[in-house]
Amino acid sequence: MALIQVRHLALPPRLDGVSFTLDAGEVLGVIGPNGSGKSSLLQCVAGLLPGRGEIAFDDQPIESLRPRQRARNIGLLPQTCESAWSLSVDDVVALGRLPWGDRDDGAIRLAMQQSGVEALRQRKVDHLSGGEQARVWLARVLAGQPRLLLADEPIASLDLYYQRSVMETLRRYANDGNGVVLAIHDFSLAARYCDRLCLMHDGRVDAFGTPAEVLTEARLSRVFRVPVHVDLAADPPVITTR
Amino acid sequence: MARLILPLGVAILVGVAGLSLATGPTAVPVLAGLSDWLLGVTSPAAMVIGEIRLPRTLLSLAVGAALGLAGAALQGLLRNPLADPSLTGASQGAALGAAAVFYFGLFPAAGEAAPALAGLLGAGAALLLMLALAGSARSSLVIMAGLAISTLAGAALATVLNFAPNPFAMQELVFWLLGSVSERGLNHLIVLLPALVIGGLLVWRQRHLLAALSLGEAVAQSMGLALSRGSRLIVLGTALLVGASVAIAGSIGFVGLLVPHLVRPLVNHRPDRLLLPSAAAGAALVCLADICVRLLPPGREIKLGVLTSLLGAPLFIWLIWKDRQRWL
Repeated sequence: MALIQVRHLALPPRLDGVSFTLDAGEVLGVIGPNGSGKSSLLQCVAGLLPGRGEIAFDDQPIESLRPRQRARNIGLLPQTCESAWSLSVDDVVALGRLPWGDRDDGAIRLAMQQSGVEALRQRKVDHLSGGEQARVWLARVLAGQPRLLLADEPIASLDLYYQRSVMETLRRYANDGNGVVLAIHDFSLAARYCDRLCLMHDGRVDAFGTPAEVLTEARLSRVFRVPVHVDLAADPPVITTR
Repeated sequence: MARLILPLGVAILVGVAGLSLATGPTAVPVLAGLSDWLLGVTSPAAMVIGEIRLPRTLLSLAVGAALGLAGAALQGLLRNPLADPSLTGASQGAALGAAAVFYFGLFPAAGEAAPALAGLLGAGAALLLMLALAGSARSSLVIMAGLAISTLAGAALATVLNFAPNPFAMQELVFWLLGSVSERGLNHLIVLLPALVIGGLLVWRQRHLLAALSLGEAVAQSMGLALSRGSRLIVLGTALLVGASVAIAGSIGFVGLLVPHLVRPLVNHRPDRLLLPSAAAGAALVCLADICVRLLPPGREIKLGVLTSLLGAPLFIWLIWKDRQRWL
């Protein structure tokens, strides 16, 4: 059964007739050039931007969910995240329980385990490295145990170790029966970790399907306006500019 | 530790209030005077405690609590430790309202409480103008609107000062603006308390929004919180708190800015946990400052607002210095 169905989503001038479906247990990678509408798409689904069109969550129109319920079911990890105050990691992760109105220690501990920040729990978040912080922001979303997790470029500006660690956390979260939608610029990681890809171009869906269907040299070269080399047979897959 | 802060704050508050009741030019048995006054027994101690020291103590506590709470709420909303609650425009509005009383003799029936009443009306008018100007905009624009209205009210106040009909009215106004809780009665408290309760409740009910805003507006919205409505309620609460306290006691500088700054490390920097301890610390600080005012040699009394500014500014400079060291 589809976890989320998006039909003809429009937000002029950023999105134009975007449609896709995602099942529970799947990771959907949203790829595309800068300004192609990836963030707008995620923010519309999260309820931050008022898009026109139909979004059904669990076969119910999303408007039928109250904001709190929507937040319990759909968690958003924004592209840029920072804490205005010098909060402890523990307190930041506990903020993820706000939609539930509790401080469920089990959920908080599990989220810390999933993203590997248990050892940091007493530290101040502003004293951590960028990679450590990225995992703390992820743990905050995981603590809310959303059935659909939207992550906007969660691995941008991370080093190789943290890129893989965040991607594996997201993959495992989907394997537990949840849905994950992430905007991503690294096609190799996208090909490796995502079940489906959605290629955005000028606010429209240019292609939607498995990585093998979407990541073709001709298509990527056209959309990104640079010659692209694709070798999906390699392990791990190689996608790079020529 | 963070959980003990509020009980500790309340204990300090009770201690400071007791000290304030015991401080004055004559030695008076505090408990006996208080019980006499409560029971309606006429005694010199009851007169001194009930008529003079109790209103002064309660007013200083209420004004301090309002300013501390307003500062904590506004800094949390704007995610900026340098936000001052007077940024909402309410304090200049209150000052303008009070100035109108000194010049035009409004509300003669209200007697001594007339400046307070007019101040509250001025703060309310400034607030309505500010909310109308800001519309449903984001919190940063709400503050721009507050600043604009604050500047407008400040300009009007300067005009009133410019055309002062006589030097005495001007002197009276300037002294009033410097901030004080002396020579005020329990009727002033009746004006201040509802504003403190309503403003406090408005802010307190948005504590989850303040917590979520630590991580930015997008995160707060994605967690199902009503960002623009909540922000406006916080600004409304803050303006009520500040407007009422300025209307009653003139401007008491630096408390709203400094107190949240001092308390923040004690509550692990959590903006939602900061609210009540900040109110308690503000109350204790203003009451202590007022005790100092009374302990200074008799003669020309230093105004409470002047003292808090004199003490607050160096403390603020020290805090910035400490912060700078941390980043070097």
